[in-house]
Amino acid sequence: MPNNEAYLQMYRRMLAIRLFEERVNDLYTRALMPGLAHLYIGEEAVAVGVCEALRKDDYITSTHRGHGHCLAKGASPDLMFAELLGKKAGYCKGKGGSMHIADPETGNLGANAIVGGSAALATGAAYSSKYLNQGRVVVCFFGEGALGQGVLYESMNLAQLWKLPVVYVCENNLYNEYTHFTETTAGEIVARPAAFGIQSATVDGQNVRAVYDVGSKLVDRARKGEGPAFVLANTYRFRGHHVGDISRDYYRTKQEEQRWMEERDPIKILGAYLTGDHIVEQAELDRVQDGLAAEMDRAMQWAIDAPYPAVEEVGEDVYA
Amino acid sequence: MHETTDTTDAPAVTVSRELTFGEAVKEAIAEEMRRDERVVLLGEDVAEAGTAFKVLTGLVQEFGPKRVVDTPISEAGFTGIGVGAAMTGMRPIVDIMFGDFLALVMDQLANQAAKIHYMSGGKWRVPLVVRATLGASRRSAAQHSQSLHAWPSHIPGLKVVVPSTPYDAKGLMKSAIRDDNPVVFFEDKMQYKVKGDVPSEEYTIPLGVAEVKREGRDITIVATSSMVQVAVGAARMLEAIGIDAEVVDPRTTWPLDEKTIVDSVKKTSRAIVVDEGYGRYGVASEIASVIAEGAFYNLDAPVTRVAAMHVPIPFSPPLEDATIPTEKAVFDTAKRLCGK
Repeated sequence: MPNNEAYLQMYRRMLAIRLFEERVNDLYTRALMPGLAHLYIGEEAVAVGVCEALRKDDYITSTHRGHGHCLAKGASPDLMFAELLGKKAGYCKGKGGSMHIADPETGNLGANAIVGGSAALATGAAYSSKYLNQGRVVVCFFGEGALGQGVLYESMNLAQLWKLPVVYVCENNLYNEYTHFTETTAGEIVARPAAFGIQSATVDGQNVRAVYDVGSKLVDRARKGEGPAFVLANTYRFRGHHVGDISRDYYRTKQEEQRWMEERDPIKILGAYLTGDHIVEQAELDRVQDGLAAEMDRAMQWAIDAPYPAVEEVGEDVYA
Repeated sequence: MHETTDTTDAPAVTVSRELTFGEAVKEAIAEEMRRDERVVLLGEDVAEAGTAFKVLTGLVQEFGPKRVVDTPISEAGFTGIGVGAAMTGMRPIVDIMFGDFLALVMDQLANQAAKIHYMSGGKWRVPLVVRATLGASRRSAAQHSQSLHAWPSHIPGLKVVVPSTPYDAKGLMKSAIRDDNPVVFFEDKMQYKVKGDVPSEEYTIPLGVAEVKREGRDITIVATSSMVQVAVGAARMLEAIGIDAEVVDPRTTWPLDEKTIVDSVKKTSRAIVVDEGYGRYGVASEIASVIAEGAFYNLDAPVTRVAAMHVPIPFSPPLEDATIPTEKAVFDTAKRLCGK
């Protein structure tokens, strides 16, 4: 069991993601950010709970809704902001943007803008880890929308055949873009890994302590060579599909959103646990929030002030 | 023309042997697997079966099932696994039995492998080789006969190899495996039994360097893969009527050695491009454009494509044969362009 300091760390991480994402939305509405971004607000407990169970040299793959995964794995907010703004100082020199943050330093193989696009890549990294005896575990994050992609099942079949150290984490935020997942997904989700003989667990994705417990067990199991696993984390996307998805009445009600935000906010849930058990006082959590908010403001401003890449760089990095 | 040292004159370091195209490919892979433990083979029936074309027979005996790995029939899955493995320290070779199956693989190839280095600002590399076949006339019908090398050639971030001889196949495969980028390596499945000289000493051929396979003054025939043999055959026929054709083999469609091609056409003033892919929006079209842009003022005749007919490859032998560029077609085209 993790100690209270570990839970406090998870609280900080989740809050950092929340505050980062709120500023991303702000950058969009102020027309400072090129393109769009897909916010992870509401789902923070999944990325944080799972990544807290990983070593620094373990790998993750992420999705178009990837800021939370990248930050949870250790990315720096300033370099993230810079990438989102297309600046030279960004993680990918401004060539990737919001949907392609990648960072070898933190084991981030990259966010991927093809739904299900990282399933095979994550499995390939697990193949390397096994072949090279590195003991690294790979976590493949994807949304329930990726359950419609065949390559996920090809990858799971191979992972189980070859007993690869990969954990597939399905974040079911209920909506494939603008369509409820029950309209797109036949049968039980966990019946799918079960068909390959892959061990699975279903977890409350709003409860970071529960996610951490499940994540640690399955990550440790994979690291010991006992094969791949599948986590179904039930969660909710508090915001729209992307920052511009403002009018959502045609696919979900305001009451539903309100209910999740009031009753199922992962940060509030952990905060209530920490203060309710008198592990920390509310005042301490407020101080954490103020400190992180100031840090995020600094990071964002630094990125706003950072220069764009020179146009001459457009042809660089096509080939290694 | 490539040089192979004559062992009767030289010290006994080089033994020139005849290998088939398939043996040359296998020898390149085996040498690189001996040289680098990170090189592994993934694909359908690559181990005990040695692939459907028996090209890799014996590799699993030497390197074991850990490095020569039979996969399920999941082209997208195992190609993507190759991409992920390449990013994280391996140098996989992925075997796509028929080039037609690239259609199943294109997301992994075009959206993932090709873009990862660029999208990550140069942080992740993908040293991957995808072997695939091309070429019709095997009576295999529309889904096992296409020459789709134009597809990966169209995507920035990929390199594409189209060897025409056993010598080239070996030297180019070794370079492909050592390259830090994703490389798609097309082998004409009708060429596997074709023999040619391959020295026993180690050599590599850089990607992006064309070779003049036959020198000539009157017309340039740029040809790829097995179409080089067609072009050389046509050149012999043309010689009999007094036309001296030069045959240029780009060897890789990307990087493309534009200079060698354009220089040849500047010299001859006429050009035909022969390619077994579709002419429409294809490799032949691209090379014809390169010639038009680079040698326009030297041209005495329109640059002309001789490529696959724009139909799905039919099964019936007389129909299939009608779709493929032939020596006769190249000969007739050259004769017309030379005004004879």
